[in-house]
Amino acid sequence: MPTTLIDPSALATIGARRPLVDVAQTVGAEFAAVHGADVDRHARFPSEAIEALRRERALGALIPISLGGRGASLREVAIVGETLARSCASTAMVYAMHQIQVNCIVRHGRTPFLLEVLADAAAHERLFASATTEAGVGGAVRASVCAVDPIPDQPQRFRIEKQASVISYGEYAHAILATARRAPESAAGDQSLVYVPRDKTTLELTSEWDTFGFRGTCSNGFVLRAEGDRHQILPDAYADISTQTMLPTSHVVWSHLWLGLATEAVSRARAYLRAQARKTLGTRPTSAVAVAALVARLAEMRELVHGAARDYELIADDPEQLNRIGFAIRANNLKISASNMVVEIVTEAMSAIGMSAYREDSPYSIGRLLRDAHGAKAMIHNDRILGANAQWLLVAKEEL
Amino acid sequence: MKHSTITDLDATVRDLLTRHGRLRVEIASLSRFDDLHSAGLTSHACVDLMLALEDEFDIEFPERLLKRQTFASVANLSDAVLELT
Repeated sequence: MPTTLIDPSALATIGARRPLVDVAQTVGAEFAAVHGADVDRHARFPSEAIEALRRERALGALIPISLGGRGASLREVAIVGETLARSCASTAMVYAMHQIQVNCIVRHGRTPFLLEVLADAAAHERLFASATTEAGVGGAVRASVCAVDPIPDQPQRFRIEKQASVISYGEYAHAILATARRAPESAAGDQSLVYVPRDKTTLELTSEWDTFGFRGTCSNGFVLRAEGDRHQILPDAYADISTQTMLPTSHVVWSHLWLGLATEAVSRARAYLRAQARKTLGTRPTSAVAVAALVARLAEMRELVHGAARDYELIADDPEQLNRIGFAIRANNLKISASNMVVEIVTEAMSAIGMSAYREDSPYSIGRLLRDAHGAKAMIHNDRILGANAQWLLVAKEEL
Repeated sequence: MKHSTITDLDATVRDLLTRHGRLRVEIASLSRFDDLHSAGLTSHACVDLMLALEDEFDIEFPERLLKRQTFASVANLSDAVLELT
């Protein structure tokens, strides 16, 4: 496996890469902000910003340096999502969802084949999508109808056919990570996570994505049909991948993204306040107190989101801690609290600014931020997550 | 300790699994080491099963035993009950 060794020339190019924080700011300002309104209006893929992130070697950021990536931490890529969200929530969401998939392979893909997948992803800045939701399981991601189906007389080969009600940006991805029951005879919750490259997969469009917000994620529904070799199946059970990586990573990167939306809304409210103050010298604008309250609430949200990412990082390599009910409950709490806060903060920002925020053609416009913010509560609905926590609380004993 | 032998204990665990485990297979078809999660034991059913075990044996599962592994087989469940009674 030569690609798993540190290649000195690869290290040289790493030195030349711009820091992720700078990349996020530049791509945000020069691409995501420029095309964000058009992406939203036409519900189209944010190709300019994603291409720019690719050129800056930001897609493979989480991949270890030894495999050609940046070896960045989850917190660093989450901050990239937070920054991008200030300009275009769809760009940020594509970036965030991609990093969730990458993190699953980085943390659970220790086979030669999957290490090669990562090395290839780093070298070519591949984009990965996800097919976890399925028609017929009522929105539950920890249950599958479809199965990894062995092909008769070819013990190393399988096929999958999945009624995937949503595959975000599936048509733009190089590969998809799909959940499926481990075998045709397996129970609904006995799932595997399978790496399926797009060139070995057909996607038959079943529904289109015309939504209130996050319009550029192109989260169409498809029938996914793929064939492959068994080495494409991640070695760990999906139950463990989900608990230890996919769920906590999702909640961390999503909550950062929502924090970016809230930060942008408050930033516009503050800019509006300063403009008003210049016009009414000697009198404090009426919105000043509301904006002060917003700034306090935003600081609270930032502490929640950044603190949760720190907490996850501290125990990320300790399966014993990650498998505890308390950890699952806290990860769920992050999603619930952050998604409620973003809607509240963006709504209050609109109210503090008033008509200039309500207008679509003003620099203080809040409309798109507000529409995107509402996606936070709807994606993996808060009631479903509270239901899961309610179930855990029937038996959990630790301090929460 | 209500159960004099591990066989009695296993039988009670199996009975509670039948009532609360919502398994896809007959419990009698599983050995005491067969994987219960593969047999369809969901996290929802785990919670019910644990509450039933706590009630039956008048025990409380401590935090450290609240993990997937504890519920992975009849043997693991019986071991946990033994440890707590």
